[in-house]
Amino acid sequence: MSMTMSRKTDERIVITGIGLTSPNGNNLGEFRSSLLSGRSGVRPYTIRYFGETCAGICDFDPRKYQKRKETRIGTRAGSISVYCAREALLDAGLTQEELTPDRTGVFIGITEHGNVETENEIHELKQYNYDVKCWSHHHNPRTVANNPAGEVTINLGITGPHYTIGAACAAGNLGCVQGLQQILLGEVDVALAGGVSESIHTFGIFAAFNSQNALAIHEDAEKASRPFDKDRNGIVVSEGGALFVLERLDRALARGARIHGEISGYAYNSDATDMVLPNPERQAQCMHRALERAGLTPNDIDIVNTHATGTPAGDVKECLALREVFGACDAVHVNNTKSFIGHCMGAAGALELAGNLPSFNDHIVHPTINVDELDPECGLPGLVLNQPRKVEKVDAILNNSFGMIGINCVLVVTRFRD
Amino acid sequence: MTKEEIGQAIIEIIEDIVPDEDCSAVDPSAQLREQLDLDSMDFLDIVMELRKKYGVEVPEADYPNLATLNSCVEYLEPKLADK
Repeated sequence: MSMTMSRKTDERIVITGIGLTSPNGNNLGEFRSSLLSGRSGVRPYTIRYFGETCAGICDFDPRKYQKRKETRIGTRAGSISVYCAREALLDAGLTQEELTPDRTGVFIGITEHGNVETENEIHELKQYNYDVKCWSHHHNPRTVANNPAGEVTINLGITGPHYTIGAACAAGNLGCVQGLQQILLGEVDVALAGGVSESIHTFGIFAAFNSQNALAIHEDAEKASRPFDKDRNGIVVSEGGALFVLERLDRALARGARIHGEISGYAYNSDATDMVLPNPERQAQCMHRALERAGLTPNDIDIVNTHATGTPAGDVKECLALREVFGACDAVHVNNTKSFIGHCMGAAGALELAGNLPSFNDHIVHPTINVDELDPECGLPGLVLNQPRKVEKVDAILNNSFGMIGINCVLVVTRFRD
Repeated sequence: MTKEEIGQAIIEIIEDIVPDEDCSAVDPSAQLREQLDLDSMDFLDIVMELRKKYGVEVPEADYPNLATLNSCVEYLEPKLADK
């Protein structure tokens, strides 16, 4: 039995709303349907200076929740955040009038912010012979690190706290942790928490991964993101976002909310070893701590959603960590969402968690696709390859997110039970 | 540029700055801020666009001249005469 069951209802944090945009779906239903039908969201993509590559591109309509002027003044990350926040509240059955503005907070994980706007501004400035008088006064509000979360507060009239959590590619999970902690601290009653990324609009991220020999290259864009496959050759950069409505269980029950799952455990730590290369020992430690906090053992986990990004070294390292934690488990199912959508950076953890939550009800584990020949070094027992797997039960999901500079964050989410 | 061309150029700039607003029936003698949802940041955008498109500098002390469409045209006419 989970330790969370012995916690009081005002100490248990549940997910009551999900808003997302993914390269293969603009709400949970579309996203889940794509994950179960093998539909990739990766497409050919061209970006200035860098040229042709592939990327995960979102096609949500920013005008659904923003005026033209808001999108002109704001940022892509802001638009993704506003869309996800609005959709999450809608899913949670919470109208703007029902939110208490100063008891609501916005906590958004980001890998980076401001590169897109800075590159745009320099590109524009070049047309004016680098005359800095032509540098926009919008640059600062667009590039302050709290921008994506702040745009949500303006759009929704939320007056509680807002900020972003800079945590490389662990940010989506860490955003959720931050939201949970702010509720437990009594700072807010409702948290909009998760992660976003607009990284495909900066050429720098493509160029840097390319210089690192870590950018995926494949003639068929849909095949480019291939974690665990022998021929994987790097990361597909993607944009996206996922924000959850988090509440205390007692509050959610009192208003009769539908509960998508309970955040039963979490952990975050640092490798303290390398700027880029991950550290499996610290990753395993992070997973153990998250399980411990949830009061669960590895055998209690039904689905492990891996972080694996499709780099030759990174995938192997995570598999080492997973063997250490789950090596003795014969019933765990292991999958990977990036194989469908690429690496959504700051959104990755939250978006990948969202895509797996329906498993609590439909008892299907989405696969990791594009594995034509499994790399023996990634041959984990329980890997769900290429086709979805129907299972008897899904009670607990463990979601990994790891990032550069050695930052790890693991969430354990359980099916809600009284 | 003629006065008429300048007025049209200003309207085109404003249309881009406040794309949700209907700029087709602006009263040229009335305050722009009273007719359109224009804030102080938007006026900075007008100044920026005049600089980028026409090479015209509007010093901060002259911003009051941008209050109405007519005052804009009066103020900018000598600056844009040879454009």
